[in-house]
Amino acid sequence: MSMPFYVAPEQVMRDRADYARKNVARGRPLVACIYADGILMAAENINRRLRKISEIYDRIAFAGVGKFNELDQLRVAGVRHADTKGYTYSREDVDARSLANVYGAYLGQVFTHEMKPMEVEIVVAELGHEAGQDSLYHISFDGVMVDAEQFVALGAEAEAVSERMRESVDATDDLARALAKALAALSGPDRTIERADLEVAVLARGNGRRAFRRIGPDEVDTLLGA
Amino acid sequence: MSLPLFPATEDPGPSFTELLRRVGPAAAVPSSPSTTPITHSTTVLAMRYAEGILMAGDRRATAGHEIAHRSVEKLFPADSHSGVCFAGAASPAIEMVRLFQTQLEHYEKVEGLALTLEGKANQLGQMIRQNLPMAMQGFVVVPLFAGFDLRRQTGRIFTYDPSGGPYEERDFQTTGSGGRDARTAIKMVFKDDMDRARAIEVAVQALYEAADEDTATGGPDVVRGIYPTVATITVEGFERVPDAEVAASFNTLIGRRTASGGRA
Repeated sequence: MSMPFYVAPEQVMRDRADYARKNVARGRPLVACIYADGILMAAENINRRLRKISEIYDRIAFAGVGKFNELDQLRVAGVRHADTKGYTYSREDVDARSLANVYGAYLGQVFTHEMKPMEVEIVVAELGHEAGQDSLYHISFDGVMVDAEQFVALGAEAEAVSERMRESVDATDDLARALAKALAALSGPDRTIERADLEVAVLARGNGRRAFRRIGPDEVDTLLGA
Repeated sequence: MSLPLFPATEDPGPSFTELLRRVGPAAAVPSSPSTTPITHSTTVLAMRYAEGILMAGDRRATAGHEIAHRSVEKLFPADSHSGVCFAGAASPAIEMVRLFQTQLEHYEKVEGLALTLEGKANQLGQMIRQNLPMAMQGFVVVPLFAGFDLRRQTGRIFTYDPSGGPYEERDFQTTGSGGRDARTAIKMVFKDDMDRARAIEVAVQALYEAADEDTATGGPDVVRGIYPTVATITVEGFERVPDAEVAASFNTLIGRRTASGGRA
């Protein structure tokens, strides 16, 4: 006679979390940090056209690591949420906190109720109207949300990248300094990331209504003084 | 507000109008013609000149024989390098402009790439087509769309009729109850490669003529300082011509007409 197959809930959750965490940790690193003019997002990305960092709305950006099709699905859902809300009410009524909440709710639901969790970790960034009002929300695969003070690090060796960021990050840095520190944190002391393998974007005050702007390899070179 | 997610086979794609249909507030369509006077708006124009396109629109909205608004904006940027102006019922037109602006930006964000100018023109045509039931009840919207085509490095103009479009125009086009008067005024003096100042002059004169013949078109209101909206679209993008410059152009025209006793 075969016993019914019982697995403790804690075990099920732990297995799911391990599954997601392991797959996320395979993705190359990404950081988002606050600097003088807004928020810098930088990722190691060997794909030229598949982006990890994207615009959601006038002052809101999305970045993430993990399984690309799931990331893109979340990205598009975020754009849809923001555009629908902005159209139904007004552009000023769209904010990152409510978007982060719906992401958290959805990811949490998938983590608990679906066969497998989403293998993603994401950050939602919102540019404040003035310095000191920028926001970063880190949402992980299980829907846990953290409102980050200065920076978020995701992907491979997130702990080590975080440590390097914690030691160097400064919210008053200009873009060139902030980018140099981000690159140093992403690559670590033992390796170099090719400029062509960097995806960089900012949400910056002074960019007009749409604050999101990608920074191409030539501009990265100029900023880093290469 | 939820997170709009769809199964891959039922995804609305980059269409914001389709997304709204699935998750947005439902739009009401009247079942019989409106008996209340619908606010209409009139005379708008688009014209090619040396650096691209010039667009202009008057500021008056009428409801029946009454003036409903004196300072309606009928000319809007659709996105960074295109503009849309409209004639017809004011409220559905303004809402359609808003929807169109959102759709263009939505497409660009979802796809990662903006629509071509023709794609944008076609998109607007579809919105007009979908508005046909409302149009038949009196809520007609007839836009004029123009932009600087960055691929071809030239200005392009697209017109519509109440049931759709677009139809591309080569040099200039107008729309609205004063449209024919404005179009004739432009036709008499249009040249290729007019410079910006001359293009503004021609547009100002066209609107002046339209206002002179059509009660539903507002001329320059020098008492209140309300002038037609004028904008240029060049490789630099959509840019409003400052009110002071438009006012100066009208004042010159008015001065000339006064001196000649109302003759050209």
